[in-house]
This record gives sequence, C-alpha cells and structure tokens, in this order.
Amino acid sequence: MTDVTDKAEAKLDRPLGQKNEARAEARAAKKLSKAAEAQQKLTSPGATIAAIIIAVIWTIPTFGLLVSSIRTPDEIRSNGWWNIFVSPSFTLDNYAAVLTTQGASSANLGSYFVNSLVIAIPGALFPIILATMAAYAFAWIKFRGSGAIFVLIFALQIVPLQMALIPLLQIFSGVLGISGTFPAVWIAHTIFGLPLTIFLMHNFIAEIPGEVIEAARVDGANHTQIFFRIIIPLALPALASIGIFQFLWVWNDLLVALVFSGGTADVAPLTQRLGELVGNFGRNQERLPAAAFISLVIPLIVFFSLQRYFVRGLLAGSTKG
Amino acid sequence: MRGLSEFWSDLFEKFGLMILGLAVFAAVVGLILFLADRAPKKGRDVWQLLAFVAPALLLLLVGLIYPAARTATLAFFDRTGREFVGLDNFVWMFTQPDILLVIGNTLIWVALVPTLSTVIGLAYAIFIDKSKGEKVLKSLVFMPMAISFVGAGIIWRFMYEYRQEGFSEQIGLLNQILVWLGQEPQQFLVDAPANTFFLIIVMVWIQTGFAMVLLSAAIKGVPVEIIEAARLDGANAWQQFRNVTLPGIRGTLVVVITTISIATLKVFDIVRAMTGGQYDTSVVANEMYTQAFNRGEQGYGSALALILFLMVLPIVVYNVRVMRQQKEIR
Repeated sequence: MTDVTDKAEAKLDRPLGQKNEARAEARAAKKLSKAAEAQQKLTSPGATIAAIIIAVIWTIPTFGLLVSSIRTPDEIRSNGWWNIFVSPSFTLDNYAAVLTTQGASSANLGSYFVNSLVIAIPGALFPIILATMAAYAFAWIKFRGSGAIFVLIFALQIVPLQMALIPLLQIFSGVLGISGTFPAVWIAHTIFGLPLTIFLMHNFIAEIPGEVIEAARVDGANHTQIFFRIIIPLALPALASIGIFQFLWVWNDLLVALVFSGGTADVAPLTQRLGELVGNFGRNQERLPAAAFISLVIPLIVFFSLQRYFVRGLLAGSTKG
Repeated sequence: MRGLSEFWSDLFEKFGLMILGLAVFAAVVGLILFLADRAPKKGRDVWQLLAFVAPALLLLLVGLIYPAARTATLAFFDRTGREFVGLDNFVWMFTQPDILLVIGNTLIWVALVPTLSTVIGLAYAIFIDKSKGEKVLKSLVFMPMAISFVGAGIIWRFMYEYRQEGFSEQIGLLNQILVWLGQEPQQFLVDAPANTFFLIIVMVWIQTGFAMVLLSAAIKGVPVEIIEAARLDGANAWQQFRNVTLPGIRGTLVVVITTISIATLKVFDIVRAMTGGQYDTSVVANEMYTQAFNRGEQGYGSALALILFLMVLPIVVYNVRVMRQQKEIR
C-alpha cells in the first residue's frame, strides 16, 4: 500500500479516528500475502513494458512543448523540437518576451498572470468556505427538507454552465453593474463551484463521529462554536484537497472568463489571452510554447507538490457518490 | 523600464483589490454568523441554521436555478428574448445541416471519450499495480489533469502541426513520424471528418489520468483474499481480471464513465482553442457560445443549452438508478 491516495486517506482518517482498526487488519492481511504479490509482480514484464510505453506517449506532448519554449524563434519556426538533441541551443528570451513586453500586439502575459491569480485565489476560497458552512448544516443540523434540498444541490452539478450564462450575465450587467470586473468573475466561479464543493465537503463532514458533536452540544456549545472549534480543524485536510481542486478548476477555466471578465488585460485570465494567441496560431508560433508553459507553471507546481491532496479530493467525490 | 514599473503598479492595484474582496467576504460571513449567535435565545437554532445555509442557497438560487429556468424559457423566444416563437428554435436546429453535424459530433465525442479514457486508464492501472515506480508512472499519466484545456490545446496544436511536403521541415512530431515512415504529411486538424477524432484524442489524453487514478484506488480495494483464491483455483490473469477484479470495481467504473461523459458533453475549450469549431469540428457547447455570444442569437443559444441539458439527463438518471441498485444489494 504505497500509493499516494492511501497515504492521504490514512492522514485524513487519523484525526477522525474511524476505521483505523479495520484498516490495520487489512494491512496485516496484505503483509502476509506480500510474498505472493512479489511472485505475481515478476510474472508480467509485458505489462510493465506496456505501462512504460503508455507513460512515454502521455508525457511526450508536454515535454515537446517545454523543449520548444527554450528554443530560439527561428528554430521553432523552421524545424521540430526533437532537433534540439542534434543541435542543442537554449534561450530564455521567449519567456522574457511574452512576460514583459507591452503593447497591443504583444502577449503581455505578466498582466494576465496577475489576473489569473487574483481570480483564482478568491475563486477557490469563497465557494469552499460557503460550501463548508452549508455542508455542516446539511450533515449536522436537523431541519425539515434538508434531505430534499441536498439532493437538489447534488443534482445542480449536471446543469451545464451554458444554461446559466446568458441570464447571469444579464443580472451582472443590468442589475448589479459589475460585468467585466473581478467581483463578477469571483461571484460566477463561487456559484458554479458550490454544488460540487458542497457535495464533497458534506462527504467529509458527515464522517465526523457524532459523539464529538453531541458532547459539545451537551456542554452548551452552539452551532457557530462547534463549526469553528470542531468542524474546521477536523475538516482541514478536506478543505485543503477540495480547495486545491477548485483552485485548479478556476485557474484552468476559459468559459466563465470569456463571458464574465470582459476580455481585457485588466481582468481576463491567462487562459483567455492564450486562447486569443492560438487564434493566430501561425503568427504567434514562436511565442506560444513559452506562453503556454507560463500558464502551466502554477498548476504543475500545485499538482506535483500537493498531489496527494488533489487525488484525495477527487476520490471523495467519485467513490462515495 | 516604464513597462516594468507599470507592471508593478498594476500588480499592487490588483492584489489590493483582491485583498479588499477577501476582507469584505470575511466581514460579511463573520457578521452573519455573529448576528445569528446573538439572536434571541428562543429561535437561535433556526437563525444559526439560516446563517449556515442561506448564503450558499441564495447564490445557487439567483445564479444557477433561476438562470437555468430562464434559459429553458428563452429557448422558446426569438433572438431578442421578447417574442414567443414556440418550437421555431428547435425546428431551426434540426433542419440546419450545420447544426445537425454539431449534434452528431457531440454524440461521437460522448461515445468515444469515456470509452477510450476508461479502457486505457483501466489497462494502465492494472499494468502499474504493484509495479516498481508506481507512483511516478501514475503521476506522468495523471499530469494532464492539472493542465488547462487551452494549454492542452496548444500542446497538441504543436503535435499536429502541418507543413506542406517539400517546402519546409515538419515541426509537428506526428507529421515528422509520418515522413520518417515514408508517408505523406496530414492536415490533422483540417481534414474532416478525421479532425474530430484528433480533437477527441486530446480529451482522452486529459481524462485517462482521472479514470486511472480512480480505478487504481478501486482495484486496491478488491480483497486480496478473493484474488488469491481465484489464483489457487487455477484462474489465469485474464480470468482473474474478468471474474474477480471487474465485478469488484463495477461501481467505480460507472462513476468514472458518468463523470467523463458529462465533462465530455460540456467540452468547449478544446474545440475553441484548436479549431474554433471550424472545419466541421464544432460541438454543441461551442456552438451554444458562438450563437449566443458571438452572433447575438439568444434564442438559438438557449435552445442549444437546453439540448445539452437533455443530453446530460439520461446519463445522470442511469447513474442514480445504478447507485440505488447497489445500495439495495448492500
């Protein structure tokens, strides 16, 4: 049991103190069969080779883009990235060019990069906080109709964003007058993120042992106190994993940004600018690899450093459904 | 230097706005909880309940439920949203060859992407199960999940890039491989109908990691004892997989296929970033955006959104039914 997901799972379960015994038993049973496992492992070198082939195929496209991004513009245009192994040459000029140069025709990615951060941080925090509050109420406050409302929220996940865009834009531009501003994008992402984040947070919070909460109730704690003193500390790993999930989702989004950001360098995120650059693929060919890689940097850092939490967030939503 | 100082002032201004936004949000949420805490003792529990659920419910009501209902209504109105036109928008949809093609493409997407992602993801999960370096191998295939669809689109634009033979060297790897094999280079993204398939490959590339991670976790959940018993009974690797592993992960398989199917139906960014929907590659989600926001055809756009919803619906209904059945078995 060395895989990332199990480690994360063990980490989450420890404070909750559930199922540990059952898990320990399962582990002991697994240890006994280690020898058998080892035997089986040796029997399938073919499977390993097939796996490595798939892994290579899956990695080459991204790797090619990374290599392209550090070649000179002339070379990007005239031959393929694999030639770097024949005639190596490196430059960081592309990155400098797409990040810092100003003007209508330049990529000006620095500004869009800032926009992406300014969109994604509240875009992840707002829904996750509201979702945790709602999830607590659905899991631990008894009220009439809570089951039905929760199912309705779950069902809202299937409403395609496309269904909500036109009227929501009308509300933003007509009633609130905030269309094309950061708050508009934040609110849109919060709304669209809520159904899934409520559902996922509920999965975690519902697993907190009832005795803990009942004991606090008996001691006279009200819901706000329980929420801040018990739920938040215990649900911290879940908050982290679902927060990361939501952050990546917002960072990578194009549709919401296209509709609500107004499309200018003042508000629009990297994805939108990249989309525009791809629109003139031929003209921007030498800039695109560096530009694309700048947009990938944050997700890849988040992904590789916090992978276990990311996976945990995914599993919570999909296996308990 | 001017550019740089502009960048810094821009940065401070935007981050300032963000911090202000976060502060306002914290203040509002804090105030709501504080007031509920100070409510008269008699109805305090009710007020606290409202404080917890009202913000989320209000946002969903105003931002998702009402707009979705309104879009469903707008689908029966003309482009201005004022004149009721009955089923005209749907008649238009099913009589335009362009739009029929778009719907057909969407069906091809939803048939191929979940199937291919799941099959490859499952095979990979089994291949790497308990193998050396499992963690690294997993990360490599899972990585595209972290990349934006636009980023993936650019990555694959370079893979598919075409240069006319004899005029210049190929810069796209796939065409270079074709040339090395002595074949003619192809315009992967231009030649219909194959180009839709090449767009689908990008989505499969992204979703396989998702399928693999979930299925890998499910495979590890299948009791070792049963697998060993099957092996003692003389079952070969395929029989073990077919009769033990597969039934053991059925629930996860349904979840994986459902999730990928829904994501596929809504796919928008890949088509937008790679062909813009040209060369007969458009899908419903992209066409909806084009009609509603580029052409100002609100009625058409709403009708397409409604069709998209109707396409998602059966998948979800099926999923809920399977979930119920499994609960009964348990």
